[in-house]
Amino acid sequence: MSGPLYLAWRYLARHPIKTAILVASIALIAFLPAGLDSLVDQSAARLTARADSTPLLVGAKGSALDLVLSGLYFESDPPTPVSWSALERVAESGLAEPIPLHLGFRARGHPIVGTSLEYFDFRGLSVAAGRLMAMLGECVVGAGVARELGVSTGDSLLSSPESVFDLAGVYPLRMRVAGILAPSYGPDDRAVFVDVKTAWVIAGLGHGHQDLRSPEAEAAVLSREGERVVANAAVVEYNEITEQNAASFHFHGDRSGHPLSAVIAVPRDEKARVLLMGRFEGGDETVQVVRPAGVMDELLDTVLTVRSYVVAAMRSVAVATLATAALVFMLSLRLRQREVETLVKIGAARGSIAVLLASEVVFVLAAAALVASVLTLAVRHFGDAAIRALLLT
Amino acid sequence: MSAAVAPEPTIQIQELRFRYRGGEFALSIPELRVEPRERVAVIGPSGSGKTTLLHLVAGIALPDAGRIRTAGADVESLDDGARRAFRVRRVGLVFQEFELLDYLSVLENVLIPYRMHPALRLDGEVRERAHDLAAQVGIADKLSRLPGALSHGERQRVAVCRALVTHPDVVLADEPTGNLDPANRDRVLDILLDCVSKTQATLLTVTHDRSVLARFDRVLDFAALQAGGPSTP
Repeated sequence: MSGPLYLAWRYLARHPIKTAILVASIALIAFLPAGLDSLVDQSAARLTARADSTPLLVGAKGSALDLVLSGLYFESDPPTPVSWSALERVAESGLAEPIPLHLGFRARGHPIVGTSLEYFDFRGLSVAAGRLMAMLGECVVGAGVARELGVSTGDSLLSSPESVFDLAGVYPLRMRVAGILAPSYGPDDRAVFVDVKTAWVIAGLGHGHQDLRSPEAEAAVLSREGERVVANAAVVEYNEITEQNAASFHFHGDRSGHPLSAVIAVPRDEKARVLLMGRFEGGDETVQVVRPAGVMDELLDTVLTVRSYVVAAMRSVAVATLATAALVFMLSLRLRQREVETLVKIGAARGSIAVLLASEVVFVLAAAALVASVLTLAVRHFGDAAIRALLLT
Repeated sequence: MSAAVAPEPTIQIQELRFRYRGGEFALSIPELRVEPRERVAVIGPSGSGKTTLLHLVAGIALPDAGRIRTAGADVESLDDGARRAFRVRRVGLVFQEFELLDYLSVLENVLIPYRMHPALRLDGEVRERAHDLAAQVGIADKLSRLPGALSHGERQRVAVCRALVTHPDVVLADEPTGNLDPANRDRVLDILLDCVSKTQATLLTVTHDRSVLARFDRVLDFAALQAGGPSTP
């Protein structure tokens, strides 16, 4: 190392705290805009990837954003329900394959998603342990749920009571964990999946109770009129569906009126997609068909606008920080005026003194650039993994 | 038979005039000669211009008029770069306040001239000379220390080493004992005079401390010097 460079290095090494603060502040202010850009891009890509892979979403008319956030990401309150007949309309059109979604209930804080087995194929979800739900009352949990709750196949999960003090309300259902999904690093990791009929049981639309025709249930019979049997309050209702009592579970009312939160429609092709959207566009139509990618693009436009403001603010802070750093250097120079005068008196070359002072700035900037680059590279390399970990937890 | 040619004086000043820019202070020295290997002290009150005289001799400041010849070079005729090169090679400077760089070790301070001018090359021989000088002045065991860990006397000894490490023709010392207690004053002066003798350099010291004057070959009264008067033997 040449003389002035060596002296510059020694000066910085002798003042490690001042040097470290300068390097850290310049590095941070250089890294933050780039790092934020990178993280937002990766998060946006992850968000839009799920929307892009969901061609159409059918739901009740209202906020398309709420429908998408709820139907795709299981966030926000469930939208106004549509009836099963909406799914039947999609199926009968022959234009798309419908996949039901029933949302609204939770199990230990995680959303319970009532759906069909087609959902797992559609999302490319695979089972890491056990199997998919095969009978009423079974559930399959996402990898994040399994990790957080510490459940494994064969364990039970209780749906959260919706209204503890409502005696006539919905009672919790104990669900047997049939399988655990492999991590997908998306909202599915945090969900509990059940068959849509199981969701209806939780909703109170279906139930199972002791057979009132059996002699053991005589105490629970209020009256008998031919085939019509009226039970009293003593009748035993099941809060768990087992192989023994599964047959006793039944649904009242017309199935086409049973509620769904949304229906994923997977059109055969682009033409079918356009035709299907057209079929739900009537003025008196109570159902809407939305393209999730379009809805998310609108949302991200807003997010990206906010990001541009944040980045602009950061750049202003960066300018202020650099100005402060320049001030620190200038003040340092003033404090070292006597040292410079001594060097001049001794006969130090003008260039050597300039190199000495400039190389201190260069060393600090280079170190800051190095730290900022490492941080930016780390975000680019590990940002996606960090987002995945965040999503998994 | 031709007469022997007298050696050229190491420092020669003729009709020197100097005025600080924008200032009232003016310095005027009709003549000054310091012979090779001579050890001269200039005595005078503080603020009389003694330090300015050293700056002019070293080429740190330039005269408004007159001639200054130091170690065979017409200092006032050299450009800034040449003056710096001349100074770093031919002149050693010792300051009252030592002027050591607090972030460098003792050895690194001694070697500063070699690090701050491309005309000088730092090699093993120079390092050896620095170690030898340090041993002569009694700081050989403190070469890796920082100046802050040294006493005033030790710091001035480091400054003496720094002034002598380049083997200068002239050593200019500005109140070298001004900041030292009597014991350290005598010790540092012994070292300075001894080292200058060994390197056969010429020494010009300015001081206001009359107690050290007896140690020099010649003493110049600064007021008399400006008036063109005689030196004090």
